[in-house]
Amino acid sequence: MVERYEIRLSGAGGQGLVLAGVILSEAAAIFDDFYAVQTQSYGPEARGGASKAEVVIGTEPISYPKATQPDLLLALNQQSYDKYAGDTKKNGLVIIEADSVKPPASTDFRLVAIPIIDLARKKIGREVVVNMISLGIIQELTQIVNYESLEKAVLRRVPKGTEDINTRALKLGREAAKEFKEE
Amino acid sequence: MNTKRVRFVQGNEACALGAIDAGCNFFGGYPISPSSEIAEQLSALLPRHEGKFIQMEDEIGAMGAVIGAALAGAKSMTATSGPGFSLKQENLGMACMAEVPCVIVNVMRGGPSTGAPTSPAQADVLQARWGTHGDHPIIVTAPTTVQEIYHESIRAFNLAERFRNPVVLLLDEINGHMREKIELCDPAEIELWHRPKPPVDKNWERPYERNEEGVPLIPNFGTGSRFHVTGLDHGLTGFPTGDPKIRQALHHALIAKIEDNRPLILKNEAYMVDDAESLIIAYGSTARSARRAADILRKEGRKVGLFRPLTLFPTPEEDILRAAAGKKLIVVPEMNLGQYVLVLRRILGRDIPIIQVNRTDGDPITPDQIIAAVQGR
Repeated sequence: MVERYEIRLSGAGGQGLVLAGVILSEAAAIFDDFYAVQTQSYGPEARGGASKAEVVIGTEPISYPKATQPDLLLALNQQSYDKYAGDTKKNGLVIIEADSVKPPASTDFRLVAIPIIDLARKKIGREVVVNMISLGIIQELTQIVNYESLEKAVLRRVPKGTEDINTRALKLGREAAKEFKEE
Repeated sequence: MNTKRVRFVQGNEACALGAIDAGCNFFGGYPISPSSEIAEQLSALLPRHEGKFIQMEDEIGAMGAVIGAALAGAKSMTATSGPGFSLKQENLGMACMAEVPCVIVNVMRGGPSTGAPTSPAQADVLQARWGTHGDHPIIVTAPTTVQEIYHESIRAFNLAERFRNPVVLLLDEINGHMREKIELCDPAEIELWHRPKPPVDKNWERPYERNEEGVPLIPNFGTGSRFHVTGLDHGLTGFPTGDPKIRQALHHALIAKIEDNRPLILKNEAYMVDDAESLIIAYGSTARSARRAADILRKEGRKVGLFRPLTLFPTPEEDILRAAAGKKLIVVPEMNLGQYVLVLRRILGRDIPIIQVNRTDGDPITPDQIIAAVQGR
């Protein structure tokens, strides 16, 4: 773990990115005992519009709570990729939703493209778990928090009755990232 | 940390938890972004703590309800944002004049008018001091971290009760919605202040007679005394008066109650200030950008410090003068077009150059912007 690790989760309103940010930062702050701060930015719409959640995790107290040069960007749609990819730290990691974001020819960051929405539809049957699959992918690729911590945080935050599909989605994300690494 | 009392919460939730731990038992409000989580939390918490939650027809009614509940003895609060804060000003003045203890939270968003409901700003700082008409006493505090919001929420109730005065707790969209780990206090160890009681339980005829701290000894409604509460100039009985001596004494007493007790009210933080050549003065969530800027500049060998007033009003004049003494440059970042800097310029005069960093586009002031200002770029 580094002194300061910046994560930006971006996409459309309604994709559960703020909840994903809350779960990731709670896993880090409560179950892994790091410092973590979560902030968000969204428009006035309930669904649609641009949505962004940011998480800063580190071994030292976090003063500035926002990501300025993210170590990790998750972009679930083209609009958010176009807006934020350029801020990414050199040699940072960008995870894109493979069917929603057109991959660039070359980048100076590591690019991971996974069909997150398709996985949600086909393997879970609910698009609503896109955020949990994303968390599983992030955990596997970065190891920024422990998987068990992340799972505990998911169970603490998701609505009653949805524990099963959410933890299955988390695991699905982890498996998808493992497969991607092997390819 | 006591893990049982550790929470991972938003600033707004921490504000609600602090209110409950301070003994708040009444909330009258009207929801508005980005403050609504405070009402949401208290609507669930208050009934479990023998308190009452009322959503009123609008912000004006909400502030009226807050005053009524406070006069009946409740530890009373409301929470809002800019547009609602504007609506509350008339009744806020009534609370200042009638010396009604209450806490008003303003989670600041972009303005003027409807502005930008989901974007941060610090544009209500001078409104918090001077929003209602007339010379009036007020306490304004602007915490920075989620942990601090919890503590300042408790302190706001204590100050309101001790001095029988409205206290404005200024948050903003960033620290109101930001989540961090906090540790709640052990309820048994929290020092709680209660409004001073009149010397007799019944038939106390001088509700506006003051104790040694200058605070009136007003009984709670329903405890046996008959007395009058008014927004008009009044004497010790609470009834209106045209007597110039009594009116002048009242106006001086209202201001003195806060100004003479400044040592009991002021709170601020000096971070790496003593040997600093450049000093950043920042408050609220912007102080986090400032602290990051100071840390980065220190690593590069530049002597930079941060002075952070929590209590914006009454103004910590002596502390600001002490922190600024001998500095070559003062940098004042604010998410407005230059408000608290006006107060600072009055205190510091023209001897030290003051650079402003201002932003109202809905994005926070970044550490880089502050660093650039310190470096004269």
